[in-house]
Amino acid sequence: MLKNQENQPQKLANAGLPEHEKYLFCDARPRIRHPFKGFWEKFLNWARANSIWMLAYGTGCGAIELRPLMTARYDVFRYGIAPRPTPRQSSVIIIGGYCSVKTLKRIIRSYEQMQNPKFVLALGSCTINGGMYWDSYNTINRIDAYIPVDIYIAGCMPRPEAIIAGFKKLKQLIKSGKAEGANLYAENFDWYKANQKKIIKDWNMPDYNW
Amino acid sequence: MLQETVTIIAYAFISLLVITIYGLTLNGLVMKIVARVHGRFGPPLWQPFIDIIKNNAKRTMIYHGTMFFLGPVFRIAGGIGTYLFIPAIHGSEVFANFSFSGDLLLVMYFFFFGQLGMALGAGESGHPYSAIAVSRGLAQMTAFEVPFALSVISLAIQYQTLSITGIVSAQQGGILHWTVFTNPLATVAALIALLGMNMHSPFDIVLAPQEIPIGPPTEFHSAYLGLLQTNRAIFNLAKLVLFMNLYFGGATNILILIIKTFSIYMLSVIVGVSFPRFRTEQSIRFFLGIPTILGILAVIFQKL
Repeated sequence: MLKNQENQPQKLANAGLPEHEKYLFCDARPRIRHPFKGFWEKFLNWARANSIWMLAYGTGCGAIELRPLMTARYDVFRYGIAPRPTPRQSSVIIIGGYCSVKTLKRIIRSYEQMQNPKFVLALGSCTINGGMYWDSYNTINRIDAYIPVDIYIAGCMPRPEAIIAGFKKLKQLIKSGKAEGANLYAENFDWYKANQKKIIKDWNMPDYNW
Repeated sequence: MLQETVTIIAYAFISLLVITIYGLTLNGLVMKIVARVHGRFGPPLWQPFIDIIKNNAKRTMIYHGTMFFLGPVFRIAGGIGTYLFIPAIHGSEVFANFSFSGDLLLVMYFFFFGQLGMALGAGESGHPYSAIAVSRGLAQMTAFEVPFALSVISLAIQYQTLSITGIVSAQQGGILHWTVFTNPLATVAALIALLGMNMHSPFDIVLAPQEIPIGPPTEFHSAYLGLLQTNRAIFNLAKLVLFMNLYFGGATNILILIIKTFSIYMLSVIVGVSFPRFRTEQSIRFFLGIPTILGILAVIFQKL
């Protein structure tokens, strides 16, 4: 269950920013947004499940599988899934395979700019345990320690059919009200931040990218 | 007095509701048609409704400043304002809206109102793509307004009135009374301007999804975007209804309105799926070329 956040400090330090830039950025903590109860939330979840906008940001080699998804062969538009070029408007971010440290920073920025409720789909074995890059010096092994993942799609690379199956599973999760990744992120914010800052050495962005 | 006021407001709501639902369905249908041209199945017909529900159901919203709030509000005020001053169905009390004797000028003003408000809102969001798209949009709007304004001037000379109801009445009594047959030059100039207004290819330089994703609404999300999408349906229909009234004899019932507006919109869709996007300067030069000459000729022929 979602915890109450009253005991935590409400302001973020934004220690990575230079002093003269701090006033430019928001220092509020992300908060848990409790879902409605009963029929109304079920209706809204139905709408969320049938209108999934994915962020068109290819974070790794898996992004190559997203092109046939959108074109005539596999056509995900018929399931209400559409690409969206800006994180503000999208509800799903797809981690396409291996995630280098440099990309992780961009993934965090994009993920935090998305609006609650937001979902994460992780493709390929690299996102689960590092895959063939498990001992590489500049890729991370488990994306789950940095942002909350809703669905993993195993494979190297997963075929477009597998990705469609993953989307269907995600829809079931959303409809049953279990895809509360954004609230999970807000609840365990300090843990996620500590993990992220352990990997990203040049942290020159605000603690939460509103 | 009170009863009359309530009736007018109720009629306006009914009219707006019908046109919003039709507009959203039309958007869904066009998405479907474009998908079929691409050889896909495409999203379901009701996808725009679900998108709007989903966007309004987002739990968080970001604040960028007062104008950022007001941008979508101005936009939808422009859309509703445009529609509510156009008599949608000739002779119908419910769909007469707030038409009066000089409404054509007011409607032409309202066309710009929403886009100027949106330009201010998008400017405050601070995103560079928004600024680029706003400058492109305003430049293109100025360009396609020239043939459209000339065409409307030609119509005002032809029918000796600036009232849309008057222009529709003058076209009643047979298909050959329509402006498209009595004043073809003005119609062609205005229909080319309509291609620019509808922002389909090759004139979609404002949204340009693969180039400056996605223009002015880049930073707009959640309920802001829900408002913008609702406006897209209303404003689109307002334009189509205006063109139906001015050039294609208006409509005497809702079925004719649906058939005529759908057919006019298909012009934009067919051109849109057939051609790639213009660059900004190509688009502006295009509107200031042949369409403007056609518009000037239409005015001259009416004065002869």
